[in-house]
Amino acid sequence: MDITSLTAMEIREKIANKEISAQEVIKAHLDRIKELDGDLNAFITITEEEAFEAAKRVDEKVKNGEKLGKLAGIPIGVKDNIVTKDIRTTAGSKMLENFIPPYDATVIKRIKEEDGIILGKTNLDEFAGSYSTESSYFGVTKNPIDRERVPGGSSGGSTAAVRAQEVALALGSDTGGSNRQPASYCGIVGIKPSYGLVSRHGLIPLSNSLDVVGSFARNVTDASLLLDVIAGRDEKDPTAMDIERGSYLEGLTGDIKGMKVALPKEYMNMPMDARVKEKVLQAAKVFEKLGAHVEEVSLPHAKYAWATYYLIVVSEISSAMAKYDGVSYGHRTEDYESLDELFIKSRTEGLGEEIKRSIMAGTYILSTEEGRKYYEKAFRVRALLKEDFDRVFEKYDVILTPTTPNLPFKIGESVKNPTEMYGSGIFCIPANVVGLCALSVPCGYVHGLPVGLQIMGDRFKEANILKAAYAFEGELSLGGDK
Amino acid sequence: MAYKTIVGLEIHVELMTKTKLFCSCKNEFGGEANTHCCPICLGLPGAMPKLNKGALEYAIKAGLAFNCQIAHRLKMDRKHYFYPDLTKGYQISQDDNPLCANGYLIIEGEEGPKKIGIQRIHLEEDTGKSIHTEAGDTLVDYNRAGVPLIEIVTAPDINSGEEARMFLENLKNTLKYIEVSDCKMEEGSLRCDVNINVVDTETGKKTNITEIKNLNSFKAVATAIEYEEKRHISLLEEGKNTDKETRRWNDVENVTIIMREKGGTDNYRYAVDVDILPVAIDREWIDDIKANLPELPQDKKERFMRDYDLPAYDAGVLTQSKELSIFFEETVKLCDDPKQVSNWVMGDVLRGLNDKAIEVGDLKFGPEDLAALLKLIKEDKISNNVGKKVLREMFETGKKPEDIVKEKGLIQISDEDELKKIVAQVLEENEQSVIDYKNGKDRALGFIIGQVMKATRGKANPQIVNKLVLEAIEEK
Repeated sequence: MDITSLTAMEIREKIANKEISAQEVIKAHLDRIKELDGDLNAFITITEEEAFEAAKRVDEKVKNGEKLGKLAGIPIGVKDNIVTKDIRTTAGSKMLENFIPPYDATVIKRIKEEDGIILGKTNLDEFAGSYSTESSYFGVTKNPIDRERVPGGSSGGSTAAVRAQEVALALGSDTGGSNRQPASYCGIVGIKPSYGLVSRHGLIPLSNSLDVVGSFARNVTDASLLLDVIAGRDEKDPTAMDIERGSYLEGLTGDIKGMKVALPKEYMNMPMDARVKEKVLQAAKVFEKLGAHVEEVSLPHAKYAWATYYLIVVSEISSAMAKYDGVSYGHRTEDYESLDELFIKSRTEGLGEEIKRSIMAGTYILSTEEGRKYYEKAFRVRALLKEDFDRVFEKYDVILTPTTPNLPFKIGESVKNPTEMYGSGIFCIPANVVGLCALSVPCGYVHGLPVGLQIMGDRFKEANILKAAYAFEGELSLGGDK
Repeated sequence: MAYKTIVGLEIHVELMTKTKLFCSCKNEFGGEANTHCCPICLGLPGAMPKLNKGALEYAIKAGLAFNCQIAHRLKMDRKHYFYPDLTKGYQISQDDNPLCANGYLIIEGEEGPKKIGIQRIHLEEDTGKSIHTEAGDTLVDYNRAGVPLIEIVTAPDINSGEEARMFLENLKNTLKYIEVSDCKMEEGSLRCDVNINVVDTETGKKTNITEIKNLNSFKAVATAIEYEEKRHISLLEEGKNTDKETRRWNDVENVTIIMREKGGTDNYRYAVDVDILPVAIDREWIDDIKANLPELPQDKKERFMRDYDLPAYDAGVLTQSKELSIFFEETVKLCDDPKQVSNWVMGDVLRGLNDKAIEVGDLKFGPEDLAALLKLIKEDKISNNVGKKVLREMFETGKKPEDIVKEKGLIQISDEDELKKIVAQVLEENEQSVIDYKNGKDRALGFIIGQVMKATRGKANPQIVNKLVLEAIEEK
């Protein structure tokens, strides 16, 4: 039996049935990491010892007939911008190269409480601030499907690890598509929950009004399983809401007859790879075949989403990055004579180019009269965008778009053409700006490269998008387009 | 030439909540460095702030006590700057929507009551504390980081050092009355910066505003203002102007020294802190806080004048601190003579407190003891003068007045037969004085009475002695 090809649900079941032990599961995955990760570079830190300790505890529970947690024995990768107690958390930055947090993020606590096993911390764009995982201080992660290509980003380490069967599940964070775009590029499922569904306590912020933690898996069921565990109110994060909801897992019925599906024309008419568009239109046909009503809708302010997003994100980045000053933790320059020099040199040395660009843009926006005018306008446009979506969700359950307008690009290409890279998030950002839920589910391949279908839902209506994705995934697998 | 001094104050006051503004760390002065800290107040990556509603309530209380309008919604902003004692590269504060605005406080100015405007009071977190060692290192203690603060900004309505001092006394007294801060300047729970300039009222020419920091007492605030006032005026007289700058008060030399220039306006890149959800402040809540607000100094003063028939001066002195006013009222409850109690509290009690440099809370005796003492005097058991001695003893030992009187045998002698004998004795021994008195030397009478008091070691009832001496001389 190839343990690493098992789904999370299968692993859980086989451990509970004593077909395999948690330690065997962990060993198989760690072996796989050792075999592949030297080249893939999906992980920054591997926590072998802690993982085996946790696996032993699960096996003890099985032996003693104790109740097992929902994630018992499942190997999980954690994006390295989510803090883990006593385990180095770098955010992919030299600034935090040696930062060892004294506390666990709420999502980590919840995973541990459900007996999930963390195998390590995965690579990401520095502070999750880009779309290719090339801006990490810890090197580029390769796409397991085509190692000349990027896995997408910023959660590229997590998506590559899941795709390469180094782990069954992973956590990521999504500020402007960082879960969905790499999930699409790696041909897996990636969820960006609604803003406020999952606690951000312990997520190293990039942009506080946009960031969310979400889950990755190779199928919708597994991704729902992890989301079920991490979602919910948190005393430590007042912005994490108390939402009445059933189990996402139990909502996966496969029946979407009568579901109202919207195809927004402004998005479908944006410049994109024709082969990607073709796949998404085929996906819409699949929904019709499943008994859903697919209709074209209009989101008139769509064209302003990018500018709105950009103004908010860089302003918030410049604020969130202010704490990295080299004083009480993080990189401190060795060579300084004054306080100002300590700050300037520590930041100059500790932060990468991509993040510095955002800091500069954000500082300009917040500190000049002109910039502040744009900043305030961005908040007004944000409200208009929300109205667009509110109108659609009055009548429709989900919205379909491509996850990205393009196929995974080659490593190094984004340096030559950064706008194309940023453009890869164009369909993802509205969900962040408005706080909606969205996911990417594979919808086919073009010359062996995966295409992702984005399914968006109203805020806190995760059940709708998961149900839709599950039904679609089931139908697609029958079609055999892999 | 006529000059007008214009002063505005910025006062930071720490709120005495049990825990900090955004975490559950203890809000306590002192403690071993960096022991009242957690990921939140240390600003560690990923830690989320959670607003302490108690601090918000305290800040609203302060706003109401100073007659402010209270915002309908609390919005917190980030104020960005780099400094080692600032953990996040920004301070969570308030920019364009302060919690409280447009209030005032009335002081007793030189020409009667004067209204000093309070432009705004906003809620924010305190920073850590930088400690500069002799070796030249800077160490940081983050125990104070995240302690709730209110910043109170006055209108430029203050025109002298003395007015500033009075304003601050009044402000401190009010904050202590409503129990939101202990206002200890020596512990930094009240800090005050001054903005000052001077205008030539004839030509309208103004000096640039100078900011003064490092003021560690109200007296220093007043003296620094007087110092700056002179400096500004002398520059104006030389046809010069002051620089826009921040100056530090040196309380050894009693001068201000330049700290830094103020180039342009500060740019704090304010941005809303989205991690702190806006809090709706409904009118019912405000009304509730208002209804439960303790009596404020001004109201108490008026009540003392009304209920106890005290002069304005007495009522003012007695209500200058909450503890003193309570001490007074408790004493009055036990011995129904407000004016007598007021005289004693304002006189010997206050003098004793000042001499010993202690607060009412440090007294070794309580209102019931003072009441017992006054009762002894009223019932003629001891004289007023003996009473003062007994009070001094009470300050020292805290013994009950009855016990002191008994131990020292201070009970007043009012028995006329007993006193007659002593008077006769004294007259016999001082015949010359009797003659002198009869010859019109009035002072001789005082001497004779003094001799009687001396013979009784001060215990004789002075009125009776007076009467008996006069009678005895008549008979001679």
